[in-house]
Amino acid sequence: MQRKRLQNITVHVLLIISVLVVAAPILLAFIFSTQTPAQIFSYPPRFTLGTAMLENYSIAWNQFHLGMYMKNSFYIAIAVTVGKTVISFMAALALVYFRFPLKGAVFTFILLTLMMPTEIMIVALFELVTKLGWSNSYAALIVPFLASATGTFLFRQQFLQIPTSLVDAAKIDGAGPLRFAWAILLPMSLNVVAAMAVIQFVYMWNQYLWPLIIIHESSRQVVQVGLRMMTSGQDATNWGIVMAGAIIALLPALVVFMLLQEQFSRGFALSQEK
Amino acid sequence: MDTHAAYKSRWLPWVLLLPSFVVLLLFLYYPTFETFWLSLFRVAFLGLSKTFVGLENYKELFTNPDYLQIFKNTVIFAFFVVIFSMATGLALSVLANQKVSGWRIYRLLLIWPYALSPAVAGVIFLFMFNPQSGIVNYLLTISLGIAPDWLTNPKLAMALLVFVAVWKNVGYNVVFYIAGLQNLPGEVLEAALIDGATPWQRFWRVTFPLLSPMTFFLLIINTIYAFFEAFPFVDLLTKGGPSNATNILIFNIYRDGFEYYKTGMAAAQSVILFIAVVFLTIMQFRFGEGRVHYGG
Repeated sequence: MQRKRLQNITVHVLLIISVLVVAAPILLAFIFSTQTPAQIFSYPPRFTLGTAMLENYSIAWNQFHLGMYMKNSFYIAIAVTVGKTVISFMAALALVYFRFPLKGAVFTFILLTLMMPTEIMIVALFELVTKLGWSNSYAALIVPFLASATGTFLFRQQFLQIPTSLVDAAKIDGAGPLRFAWAILLPMSLNVVAAMAVIQFVYMWNQYLWPLIIIHESSRQVVQVGLRMMTSGQDATNWGIVMAGAIIALLPALVVFMLLQEQFSRGFALSQEK
Repeated sequence: MDTHAAYKSRWLPWVLLLPSFVVLLLFLYYPTFETFWLSLFRVAFLGLSKTFVGLENYKELFTNPDYLQIFKNTVIFAFFVVIFSMATGLALSVLANQKVSGWRIYRLLLIWPYALSPAVAGVIFLFMFNPQSGIVNYLLTISLGIAPDWLTNPKLAMALLVFVAVWKNVGYNVVFYIAGLQNLPGEVLEAALIDGATPWQRFWRVTFPLLSPMTFFLLIINTIYAFFEAFPFVDLLTKGGPSNATNILIFNIYRDGFEYYKTGMAAAQSVILFIAVVFLTIMQFRFGEGRVHYGG
C-alpha cells in the first residue's frame, strides 16, 4: 500500500514536471510580453510581470496592425470552416445515400487528394491563382481549401454508422433526400461537425506559407504572417511587443481548441489532417 | 455498404458532388499535374521566358552538392523530429495513462501546444534562444557556465529546429498514444501481471507490440509533418543557415520558387516531396490498419 502511494506520487510529480516543461515557453512569453525593453534586458532576468502590459499589447494591436490581420484570419478561417463542412457534408450525402454509376471511381477521385498537400504545389497554385486574378484577395486564401477528402470521410463514416432503418422510415414518410439530410442526418452528425470545426479552424488560423506567398497587400494579410513581419525589423527588436503579438495570435485557436478539445481528440482518432 | 443508398436520382448526387469536384480538380489535381509539367522547364526573367529542358532540373538536383546537402538536411531533420516526437509522446502517454486522478486534465495540459501555430512557436523560440537576451542562455550560463551561439553553429541550429518542432508536435502523439493505450485488451495486460512480469518487461513485451499499428500510423504522420509543417520554424529561426546547414526541402522550394524565381527547380523539388508523400501513403494503406486511420 505504502509502495503504491509512493508510486502514485512519483507519477504525479513526473506529470507535473512534464506539464510545466510543455507550458514553459508560453508562460515565459506571457511574462515577457508585459515587460519594457529595460526589464527584458535586465540581468538577471525578471520572472514577474512587468509594467508595460497595456502598452505592449496596444502597440502590437494597433501599430503592428495585428488587429487587422486577426480580422482577416477570422474571415478566412470561418469561411473555410463553414464552407468545407457544407461541401463535405453534401459529398458524403451523395456517396452514402444515393445509387449512381461510377460511385467507386468518384470515391477514389476524392481519396487520392489525401496525397496532395498544398505545400507540394505552391509554385503551380501561385501561377493559377495569379492568372485567376485572385492574388491579394480573400478568395485566394479561401477557395482552394473549400473541399477536402478528410471532411468527406468523416461524414461518410458517420453516415455509415446510422442505421439504414432511419432512411427507410424517412422514405416511407415521404421525405426526400434533402429533407432527410436536414432533419435527421445533420442533427445526428453534430459531433462530426464539431470535430471538423475545431480541426479546420485551427488549421486555417495557423496557415503561414500560402498567405506569405500569395498576399502582398498588408490590408489582406493574415495574423501569422503579421507576426513574421514583427520580427523582421531586426534592429533593436522590442521583444516585449513581439511576445505580446505572439500571445494575441495564439489565443483564438487555443480558445477554440479548449472549448472543443474532447471532439478534437475524438475527431483526430477518426481522421488525419493534412 | 450500399444498403444505405436508398435514394435514386439521375442528377441530384452529381449536384451534391459538384462543389467538391470543382475545387479538387481546379485546386488540387490541376496544380499537381502542372507541378510535374513545370519541373521540365527552365524559367527565367520572372517567368517571361520558359525553355523546355526535359529532366535537366532533376539532373541538377541529384548532382549539385548544394541540393544534395538539402536532401541530407531534410532526412536528418525528419529522422530526429520523428524519433523524439514519438518517443516523448509515448513516454508521456504511459505516464498519463497510469491510473492517477485527473488524467484528463494532464492530457489536456500535455496536448494543447498542438493548437499553437508553428509561427507562434517559432517567434517565441527565436526570443528564448536569442544568444544575448534569451532565457535559455541565461539558464545555461548560471547552471553550466556556457552560452552557445545557437544560430551560427550548424549542429546547434539544426538541434534548435528539431527541438521546437518536437515541442510543438508531442501533443499530437500523446492524443493518439493515450487513445491506443486505453483501447488495449485488458486481459492480456492482466495475464502478464499474473505471470509476474516486471513493469519494464510488461511494457516492452506486451504493451509496445500491441501498440505497433498506432506506432506505424504515427511514424507516417510525423514524417509528413516534418516534411511540410516545419517551414515556419526554418523561415523564422534560421532561414536555412548557417551556410545551408538547416535548409530543408520545403524551405528551399519556397526560396527557389519565390525568392530566386527558379520555378522549374522549385517544381522539381516539389515532385520529389510528392513522390515521398505518395510512397508514405501507400505504405500506410498497404501495411497500416485502415481502422486506425479512419476510425471505426
